[in-house]
This record gives sequence, structure tokens and C-alpha cells, in this order.
Amino acid sequence: MTSEKSASPCLNSAAFTRMDYPHRIWVIALSLLLAFMLTAMPLPVWALPWRPAWIAMVLVYWCMALPERVGVITAWIIGLLLDVMHGSILGQHAFGLAFVAYVVLQYHQRLRVFRLVQQALVVGLIVFVYLLCMLWVYNLLGSVSYSFTYLCGAISSAVLWPWVYIVLRDVRRRARVA
Amino acid sequence: MRFAACAILSFLAISIDHANTHLASLRAVLEVAVYPLQYIVNAPVQGAAELMDDLRGRQTLLAENQRLHDENQLLSVKTQRYSALESENQRLRKLLDSSSALAQQVVVADVLAIETTPAARQVVLDKGSNQGVFVGQPMLDAYGVIGQVSNVSMYSSTGLLITDPRHALPVLLNRTGLRAIAVGGDLPDELNLSFISINADIKAGDLVVTSGLGGRFPAGYPVGRVTAVSLKPGDAFATIVVEPTAKVGHSREVMLVGPQAHDIGEERISVSE
Repeated sequence: MTSEKSASPCLNSAAFTRMDYPHRIWVIALSLLLAFMLTAMPLPVWALPWRPAWIAMVLVYWCMALPERVGVITAWIIGLLLDVMHGSILGQHAFGLAFVAYVVLQYHQRLRVFRLVQQALVVGLIVFVYLLCMLWVYNLLGSVSYSFTYLCGAISSAVLWPWVYIVLRDVRRRARVA
Repeated sequence: MRFAACAILSFLAISIDHANTHLASLRAVLEVAVYPLQYIVNAPVQGAAELMDDLRGRQTLLAENQRLHDENQLLSVKTQRYSALESENQRLRKLLDSSSALAQQVVVADVLAIETTPAARQVVLDKGSNQGVFVGQPMLDAYGVIGQVSNVSMYSSTGLLITDPRHALPVLLNRTGLRAIAVGGDLPDELNLSFISINADIKAGDLVVTSGLGGRFPAGYPVGRVTAVSLKPGDAFATIVVEPTAKVGHSREVMLVGPQAHDIGEERISVSE
């Protein structure tokens, strides 16, 4: 509640552009829609555990770039939708994504100045913890037990992060999202 | 602060959703919101399939037409025999003073090309409560039982496949009439028959059909064939693996069989003489 908004408004480039341009939140919504589509896309069986956590990655980007637009609450609502789409217990992914958003909001300024490789490692770590939480809930409450291959998604997320970052950054600049 | 609120809300939702079904209506509402997403994901896959249909050559179409023609001939010959048998069956049932008119309505639903969670074996269908789909409705394809509807929203529904470990299906063995429960196995396309004693008469190749017990699935639909029977001397029960006859998880279209019409009362016929 306190930290994100008042931390350093001057360093925040988004704070300037916000006055000049409309917010263009629909770009954020569109990128999340794309992430949902990639999440639901059918894959061959061998690739299933390697599916990157697309929604978590897109969420990490927007929390990092525009922490005053996308935050914990947005993440929670998106997680609820993800729960419905996956047919998992309501609140499971909601908690996971809220956690992801919270961590990124805490460290967003440090994340911004990291090199891409460092960022990828941190994102991989965050996604790993997120997937671990999901795995725990699945295995505790669901009757279907998952193996630890479920966590391979963290590796593929880390590998793909630089591309996601560059594409979303260019889209943000081109569309002047603020 | 916000995170703490969200976390508490999440744990509340998780515990409520795990314990009972109070959140089912919320889920149904959200499902209506998610359905356009699923539809959009499905669109490119379906578009590609349609494009392939458009690009098919004349020769393949002719060959397919010929094949379907032959198949149709064969099936209509079989139907002739079937209708004769059906009328005979009805006559015999009348003699036995019982009746069963199986008038069933069928909804054909498309399976959306959607991945849900990797280990849960479920499919998303493009028909919902507006089209008369209901929870517990049996789901069949041309070769046998696939599963049942587990969740319904207005325009879409989720079906649980018989190969899901959470699904249990009352069956009987066609050869011996032995009743059993078919539960989803560890692998994506196998079922296990649970609680069959090791001296039961089961062989590989036996046909397994629905028994109709439990009242949810109509009786007599093929479920699968026994592929392996392993009898370990120490175990109380045999391990029996069944391979489904239906293309579970591969079918693009499923048939949702409507509620069985109640037996039409014809008891009076023979009584009042």
C-alpha cells in the first residue's frame, strides 16, 4: 500500500508520460489476452511440462514497467480467471499471481536496471517459486498428483524472458502505454 | 497490505472451493467471461482444419466419398437387422411384462482445442446450459464412452474424461457379466478395474461395457478392452488394465446423450384380462 506509490515519483518515467498521453490500458489487456491464448494453446505431450508461465511473465513485465497501473489486485483477478480456465481450485492461481506481482512491485526499480541475463534469472526464480506453490496446492488438495517436471516451466520462462521483455518494451514505447 | 488481503481472500476461496460447492455460481459467471478467450484460442486451430478441408484434392475427395458410400451401405444393412431385432426384443419384453423404451436425445458438441492443466484429463466443449447440457451428462463418441460433463456454464461446459484418476465408471465384462468399477489410470489412455479378486475370470481382449448401475450412464455402451491382467500372489486384488475403445482425448466432436426417458408404462397390457 505504501511503498509502490510514494517510493520515487521523479525517477519514474511513466509518471511524465501519463500526463501527455492517454493511458492505453487496452494494450496491457491485449498482451494479457495473448498470454491467455498461449497458455491455452495445445502442445504435443512431450512439450507440456515445458510450457512457459506466459501470464506470469507478462504480469512481471507490466508490474515492473508500470507499477502504478498493474498491481497485486489486477494480478489476483487475472489469477481467478486462470483458475476458471484451468478448472483448478478457485484462488490457487489467484494467490500465485498476486504473490508474483507483490514480489515484482517490491523490487521493480532494481529489476529495471538489471541486465537482461540477470533479469531472466530473477524471473526464472520468481516463476519457479510460483510454480512450486501451484504444485503444492495441486498435490495437497487435488486428487491428481503432479511430478516435479511441472517446474520445467521455470527454465523455459527464464530462457524466453529476454524476448518477452524486448517485445513488450517495444510495444509499450510504440503504443505509448502509460 | 493489498497482498495480504489478496492472500487471505485466496486462502478463503481455496478452502471454500475445496470443501463444498458454494462457489460454483461464481465459477459459472467467470466461465462465461473466459469463454470468448477459449473461443479465440480455438479459432486458429479450427481455421487451419477448415483450410486443409478446402485444399483437399478431387481424388482424395472421390476416394473418401467412395469409402463413406461403402460404409453407409454396410451400416444400413446392419440397421435393417437391428430394427428387426429391436421389434423382436420389444415383443419379448411385452411377453415378460416389462418395458424399456430408450428414447434419447443427443447433443453434438465440438471439443475446443484448449489445454487445461496437464495432468487433469478434461476437455472444454462449446455447448452449455443454454443448449440443454447438464452436469453429469454422459459424453460419447462414435466408438464408446468418453466421460461425463463435470461443469456447465451458459455457453460452454467442461467434461471429465474416463481416464482421469478422479473418474470412476460402473462397468461389466461383456463375456462373463462380472461387474466392476473402471477408474482412470496413471497413463493418459488407460483405465484400471479396481477391486477384482485374483480368481476372477478375466482375459486380455475381454470387452468392457457400461453396466448402467449408478443411473448416470446408459447401459451397454462399449468402454474398452482388457489389455493386461496381472495376478500377483500377495495382492488381494488383480491389476487389470483396460484400453478405451473411444478415442479419449483425441476426438474433435462428442455426443452428449440426453436424460433417459422414463420407462413408458405398459404394464397394464397383460394384467387386465
